[in-house]
Amino acid sequence: MTVATLTDVEVDYARGRALGPVSLSIAPGETLALVGPSGCGKSTALRLLAGLEAPSRGVVTRAPGRGETAVVFQAPTLAPWLAARANVALPLELAGVDAAEARRRADAALGRVGLAGAEAARPVTLSGGMAMRVSLARALVTDPKLLLLDEPFAALDEITRRALADDVLDLWAATRPAIVFVTHNVEEAVYMASRVVVLSKGPGRIVGDFATSGAMPRPPHFRTEPGFRAAVEQVSAALAEGVAA
Amino acid sequence: MSRLVAPLLLTALLLLVWEVACRALDVPSYFLPPPSAVAISLKENLAVLIAAGWRTVSTAVIALVLASLIAQALALITALSPLLDRAIRPLASVVQVTPVIAIAPLVLIWAGLDHPQRALVTLAVLVAFFPIFSGAVSGLRSADPDLERLFSLYGASRWQKVLRLRLPSAVPFLLEGHKVGAGLALIGAVVAEFSAGSGGVRGLAWQILDSSNKLQTARMIAALVVLGAMGVALHALLEALERTGLKWWRGR
Repeated sequence: MTVATLTDVEVDYARGRALGPVSLSIAPGETLALVGPSGCGKSTALRLLAGLEAPSRGVVTRAPGRGETAVVFQAPTLAPWLAARANVALPLELAGVDAAEARRRADAALGRVGLAGAEAARPVTLSGGMAMRVSLARALVTDPKLLLLDEPFAALDEITRRALADDVLDLWAATRPAIVFVTHNVEEAVYMASRVVVLSKGPGRIVGDFATSGAMPRPPHFRTEPGFRAAVEQVSAALAEGVAA
Repeated sequence: MSRLVAPLLLTALLLLVWEVACRALDVPSYFLPPPSAVAISLKENLAVLIAAGWRTVSTAVIALVLASLIAQALALITALSPLLDRAIRPLASVVQVTPVIAIAPLVLIWAGLDHPQRALVTLAVLVAFFPIFSGAVSGLRSADPDLERLFSLYGASRWQKVLRLRLPSAVPFLLEGHKVGAGLALIGAVVAEFSAGSGGVRGLAWQILDSSNKLQTARMIAALVVLGAMGVALHALLEALERTGLKWWRGR
């Protein structure tokens, strides 16, 4: 059983081939990191999984239901005219959930990302990290089976980044959605994912598919363990090979 | 503080130079009356000028409201249908590039010479329309593309996208468009009065024309002062509205 599958997909843009051919299956509850050099098509692969884009060739299968797939972009992508609560409630309201119920679930989702008390805050008054948490809450509010993250922490400082990485893993542990996230940071990939898939330079093909060892969510000091360092080196080597190829 | 003091000082200095030069050089008052003469004329004609100014401003305000309704309705239609978008936009540009003074005689005939007020409003609407329309069109296209993708992902209908995403995204553009449109509506009202000429509606432009015919230069400048003051007041009002609106929209 899989949550989403890419089968021999290729994507062509006007300027040429952007991705593929790539085949990839995502199992329920797995956390998968897509790493690769800039322009390798990893964000394109993510949009295929989200159903926001169609492949030029090949087949994409994914859970069809509303809210079963959720996306978090690199920017928080919040509506500035809505308070945090209304931003989070939006996916529910668009699906026709009644307003009081949507509000209750939005507040609960904000609580899960550590933002209880910030329900009425407008995005402009939030820090980058807080805005990203609102974005996460909005993605989680529909209890998705597949959570897609497109370089979600790239614009944040290192401390906020690490805190959010742990938070995402804690949230994952609560409901165990499959998570696919795109990053160009190998350490982040190994830390957050039980499986790291390496794409070559564009048009991206899969040049490495590694299972990382260790418990999820990660124990404290996981970054200093030899297994972590070895995995980082292994992925980095595959990445270097993919760039040279 | 110096933001207010500096321009006031400069204005006072210029008025002083003007006054002294008029007296020293013995400039004839039909050519350039000194500021003191303008002030006296302003005081004598104040009631008439304010009543005239009110007529001109009310023409502009009615035109602004009508232009706002028409422009936003058309912009919404272009947002909903690409076909109508392609049909409407070139015509809207034609309205924008045609000088209002050139259309005035035609509009006067159509409105009927017995209804000059209708003609004036129509002409002012034509001038105020474009900035609001183009602001609304850009605004309706200004939604964050990623937010638009999220709406698609969550299965939003076309109407939901328009009402819950594109319209709210357009608010800052609409505020800006109305601010520019209000200034143009006032200019449009004055230009329309000039071209209507006959004095059917005795607004400020008519006062200026009438003074000019009678060579009452001081009264003419007094009318200009009232017009300027009303323009500044209207602009300040709309700027305050824009600021308040943006604050409400953004929450800060």
